[in-house]
Amino acid sequence: MVVFLGIPLYVVIHGSLTTESNHFTWDNFKQTWDSAGYRLAFKNSLILSLWTSVVGAIFGTWLAAAVVAARPGGFLHRITQSASGVLAYFAGVPLAFAFIAALGQVGVVTTLLKHFGIDLYAHGFTISSMTGVGLCYIYFQVPLMVILITPALEGLRSEWQEAALNLGASKFGYLRHVAVPVLLPSFVGATLILFGNAFSAYATALALVGSTLTIVPAQIDNALNGNVLVGADRAGLTLGTEMIIVILIVMVGYWLVQRRARKWLR
Amino acid sequence: MSAVNPGMDEIGEGSLARELIGGEPPAYVAARRRRGRPRMWRVVIFVLAAIFFIVPLAAAFKYSLQQDKGGYGFANYGEIIHNPTVRSPLVTSLEIAVISAAIVIVLMLPTVVWVRLKKPQATGFMELVTLLPIVIPPVVMAAGLEQFEVNAPPWTIKYVFDHPLTGLTPFYVVLAMPFTYRAIDTGVRAIDLHTLVDASRNLGASWPSTLARVVLPNVQTAVLGAMFLTVALCLGEVVIATLLLYNTFPVEMINLSKASQVGVSVALSMLTLAFTFLLLFLLSFLAQRRGSGRRVGVL
Repeated sequence: MVVFLGIPLYVVIHGSLTTESNHFTWDNFKQTWDSAGYRLAFKNSLILSLWTSVVGAIFGTWLAAAVVAARPGGFLHRITQSASGVLAYFAGVPLAFAFIAALGQVGVVTTLLKHFGIDLYAHGFTISSMTGVGLCYIYFQVPLMVILITPALEGLRSEWQEAALNLGASKFGYLRHVAVPVLLPSFVGATLILFGNAFSAYATALALVGSTLTIVPAQIDNALNGNVLVGADRAGLTLGTEMIIVILIVMVGYWLVQRRARKWLR
Repeated sequence: MSAVNPGMDEIGEGSLARELIGGEPPAYVAARRRRGRPRMWRVVIFVLAAIFFIVPLAAAFKYSLQQDKGGYGFANYGEIIHNPTVRSPLVTSLEIAVISAAIVIVLMLPTVVWVRLKKPQATGFMELVTLLPIVIPPVVMAAGLEQFEVNAPPWTIKYVFDHPLTGLTPFYVVLAMPFTYRAIDTGVRAIDLHTLVDASRNLGASWPSTLARVVLPNVQTAVLGAMFLTVALCLGEVVIATLLLYNTFPVEMINLSKASQVGVSVALSMLTLAFTFLLLFLLSFLAQRRGSGRRVGVL
């Protein structure tokens, strides 16, 4: 575990801090920050991850709450659990194709909506825009959220609700003063995981947009596959290290909220 | 959901209570009763989710049924069986999947049991460590590996990186760890580990024998869940495999789509999806049959 995760990490970080002749330097970082393209990539990546994780988290929690409220062990439970397990991994080229088949220029949904007089593409929507890519991301973000948040929702004891209601709380009061405070750390934690997930995903986006896509992981891929200038290897490794730094910040945040979350979910 | 009386709200407990009490029901009974009927917010999300998740799949399925000559049929699916360039990467991927799943169990089960029994204070640390593979971007991992391979000592190339089996399996095991650790941990938490292990050790069983013959059968479903998740991951991972130039099944799927055999590629992805879904779905029945008392979730 330490070896197989550690060696790649070490190589990336080491590579980003040295020159070709193995001298220590910060120049690689400076160069990637001075490049407008890489800055744009970072901005795009952050925005994309941010909104897909927040939207995914909200809908995921909503769906999970609806499932948890149903009969346990019922058909609905099974379908959602199995489907979430499968769909959370459903990414990359197959997902991109599914969306193109549905929402592409001649996709099923696009054609259908045209019949009703709604022309998606006339309003500036394309599947290869950041909105389109984000929509695809939601497709695996929501199932992942369902997986992550379900244990927390199941940890909400019905006794708490009964106690609150018996003590004269309204339904809304229960949600406001009991359910939300208990769930909030888990919710924030899971959202951070979604953020990290979206931040590192790129196969889907690459298949939808092609190599012109400016998000960080795709740029690393580009740099390493030698589609750009000589010496781009270093740029790739440096971008990698920068990604690790972003992720590290996210993880620290996750760890902090997780400590609070565990208090209630024993 | 009320854990106290599962299934009760299906038979209109609220109205019964109201008859018994007479007059207006107290607030908590009202809350119970409302839970019985599907309520608006639940219906809305189920409909939204169903549309959002099924439509793209249906569109892809329709596409995979389209044939070159026009009309619909299963030609693309037939192609999968007859085409050897599809079959050999599939075999490779399945081999990786099976070996990874086996390694996962052999490694993770003792670890989880050990942490639970001897080092409960390490639980938080383990959870953090096992999350790392989710958040370290695979592309970064692949980048590091690629650089490593350039300067790697020859014996590692010969014994590790030359073949996808040895080159990819260790990394897939690590990648699958966040999910497998959680699945097995949930399972182990649900059984009375201390008593079982103490009993078995007192009766003279060795540690390996205790693990294999006492603990393992008790957490069967959790372990199966972990294995299936590993298999799903191995059948879907592309980033590392592509960057390190291995020809596995998902990579072949992309190649097919580039070689204007998009239909076959989509058909393949449909089959994979259906296959994994079925595995997990069957598992959920198994989980219920065995799960007396506390339910053991896959995740």
